[in-house]
Amino acid sequence: MTDRIITYSEAIREAIGQAMEADPNVFMLGEDIGVYGGAFGVSGDLYHRFGAERIRDTPISELGIVGAAVGAALVGMKPIVEIQFSDFTAQAMDQIVNQAAKIHFMLGGELSVPMVLRAPLGSGTGAAAQHSQSLEAWFAHVPGLKVVMPATAQDAKGLLLAAIDDPNPVLVLEHKLLYKTSGPVTEEAIRTPIGKSHVARQGKDVVIVATGVMVSRSLEAAAALAEKGIDATVIDVRTLSPLDMEPIEEAVRATGRILLVQEAPKHVGFMAEVSARLAESKSIYSLEAPIKRLCGLDIPIPYAPQLEKSVVPQIPNIIQAVEDLIREP
Amino acid sequence: MANTISPLFGHNGAPLSQSADTARTTLAGMWAVRLFEEAVDSLFARGLMHGTMHLSIGQEASAIGACAALEHTDFITSTHRGHGHCIGKGADLTRMMAELLAKQTGYCRGRGGSMHIADASTGNLGANGIVAGGIPIAAGAALAQKMKGTDRVVMCFFGDGATNEGAFHEAVNLAAIWDLPVIFVCENNKYGMSFSTEKSMKVENISERAAAYGIPGITVEGNDADAVYAACHEAVQRARAGHGPTLVENITYRWKGHSKSDKNLYRTKEEIEDWKHKDPIVKFENRVIEQGVLTREDCDAIAADIREKTRVAITEATTAPDSDPAELLSSVYRAIQGGN
Repeated sequence: MTDRIITYSEAIREAIGQAMEADPNVFMLGEDIGVYGGAFGVSGDLYHRFGAERIRDTPISELGIVGAAVGAALVGMKPIVEIQFSDFTAQAMDQIVNQAAKIHFMLGGELSVPMVLRAPLGSGTGAAAQHSQSLEAWFAHVPGLKVVMPATAQDAKGLLLAAIDDPNPVLVLEHKLLYKTSGPVTEEAIRTPIGKSHVARQGKDVVIVATGVMVSRSLEAAAALAEKGIDATVIDVRTLSPLDMEPIEEAVRATGRILLVQEAPKHVGFMAEVSARLAESKSIYSLEAPIKRLCGLDIPIPYAPQLEKSVVPQIPNIIQAVEDLIREP
Repeated sequence: MANTISPLFGHNGAPLSQSADTARTTLAGMWAVRLFEEAVDSLFARGLMHGTMHLSIGQEASAIGACAALEHTDFITSTHRGHGHCIGKGADLTRMMAELLAKQTGYCRGRGGSMHIADASTGNLGANGIVAGGIPIAAGAALAQKMKGTDRVVMCFFGDGATNEGAFHEAVNLAAIWDLPVIFVCENNKYGMSFSTEKSMKVENISERAAAYGIPGITVEGNDADAVYAACHEAVQRARAGHGPTLVENITYRWKGHSKSDKNLYRTKEEIEDWKHKDPIVKFENRVIEQGVLTREDCDAIAADIREKTRVAITEATTAPDSDPAELLSSVYRAIQGGN
C-alpha cells in the first residue's frame, strides 16, 4: 500500500484520466461534467485535459444519456455515464433495466454493453427525499447488472477501473459523504476485483457487515468497541452484485455473531439478501445469537439535519447494536 | 448456407423501380417480409408457434425502401414490429424462423423471440420490446460513429406511438445538438396498439415534430417503396456528410392486428379493406410492369422464389434442436477475457 493520500473524489478522477489515456474508446458523458467540473466536482479538470468530445456535457436527459451510452457501448465504445444524483436513475430506468441489463442475454450473447454508470447516493447533505436515497437494492435485484459500492478512496479508483474493463454494465454507486474523505491510493492504474467482499478489520468476537459510508462508520465503531474489550471484524461488501458471501460466512463461523449495517431502508433492503443467504447456509449453525440488522428507517429522507441524522445509522447506533448483540442470548 | 434476401447496398439514389436489378431486389425484399410473416401467422394459428408476435404485413415498402438506402456496414435499431427491418438489412430467414420457433439455432438462441432479433453481422443492433427503447440507443451508436470518425450511419425505426414517449424527445434532441449520423424513420401506421394518432397527438404530421429539434422532417407515402427510398437516401447522404439527423415519417398501415390478441375493435373492416387496396407490393409491381422494367412473369417468379426460401426456412428451423436451458445461467454476463 502506498503512503500517498488523496481524496475519494480525486481517486475517481485519477481512474477516469488513466482509463482515458490508456484507451481512446473510453469517454465520459453526463450533466455539467465539462467546464463546471461535475455537480460534486468529480470530473474537475478532465474537460481541460481531454476536451469536449470525450468529457461530453449533455442536456438534462437522463434517459437519453444512458440510452446513448448503451448504444455507444454496443458498437465498441466504453462510456462512463455520470448521473448527478442516484435518485435520477429513476428517470433512466428503462435504459438501465430493460436495455443495458438484458441485451447480452436476450439478444443471444453476441452483443454486450460495456457501460459504466456512476452515481452518488446517500443522505447527509440536507438535500431531502429526492436527492438522498440509497437505491442499490433496486439494481442488485436485476440480473445482468453488476453493482459496486466503493467505501474507500483506494476502492473508488480500483473498482472504477475494474468496472471500465468489464464487458458488462456496471453501476458504481459512490457515497456523496465520501467524496471529500481521504485515504492512501496507489498511483498506478490498480484494479479492485469486482465480486469480492473485503475484510476491512479482523476481530474475534463479532462481525459487522457494511456497505458504502457505513463501512467507515463501522470501523470507527469497532475502534470504540475495542476500547470496551469487544473485538469486531468489519466486512466491506464492495460488490453487491455478484455477491461474495465467503468472507462473511467465514467470519460468522469464527465469531458466531453478526450485525448487518446499511443506510437504505430495512424493508427488502440489500442486507435482507445477505441475511437470507446466511440463513440458507450451514454457517447459520455457528450463530450464537439471531442475525441483527441495523438499517435506515422505512421512511423518506427528511431535510432538517436532526431529522436526517435520526433516520440512518450513526456510529453510536452501531456501537449500541453490537453491545446488544454481544449480550444475546 | 445462408437463407437471405441479398439487400441492395450502395445504390446511387435512382428510383428502385427504374432498373431491373433494383426492382427485383426491392420486390424480393417486400415479398420476403410478406411471406415470412404470413408463414408465421399461419404457424401461430395452427398452434405450432408459441408466444406472441407483431406483424408488419402491409408496411413492407417502409422497411425495404428505407434499408435500401443503407450500406452493409451501417447500423439499424428496430422495434417490436421488426421482421421487415431484419430482412431489409440482410438477416437469415432460417435463423429468424428458428428464433420464433424457440430453437437453439435462432438469432437469440430462443431467449428473445420475435421482439428481440439482433444480428451483429448485418449491423442490426436489435429489435426492442420497449416502445421508443431503441431511439436513444440509435443516437448512442451514431455518437460512437462520429467519435470514431467512421462514415457509418444508424437508421432508427420506430412507430407513431413511440413519438409520444420521452425517450423519443430526449434522443432526437441529443442527435440534433450533436449532429449525429442517424436517420429517424417513423413508421406511422395510424395506431399505437388501439389508440389512433388523431387521438394521441395534436400535430397532423409526426414529421412536424422535427422542427422542435431544429432538424428536417419529411412525410412520405410509406407504401411507395420509391418514395421511401428517395427520402431515406437523401437523409442518409445528409447524415453521412456530417449534417446530422433527419426525421422521415412513412405513412403506412398494418393489415393485421397489433399482436395476437387484437380483435380490431378500434377500427372498421372498411378502413382495413381500403388500405389493402394500397398494397405496397401491388403498387410496386404495377409500376415496374407499366414501365417495362419487369414482366408479370418476372414478378411472379420473384414471389415463387421467396415462397421457396420461406419454405426452406420453416423446414430447416423446424428440424433444428430446441433451445437449451443448460446454458442459461452462464449467459447473463459476458465473461471477462483472461478471467477475473
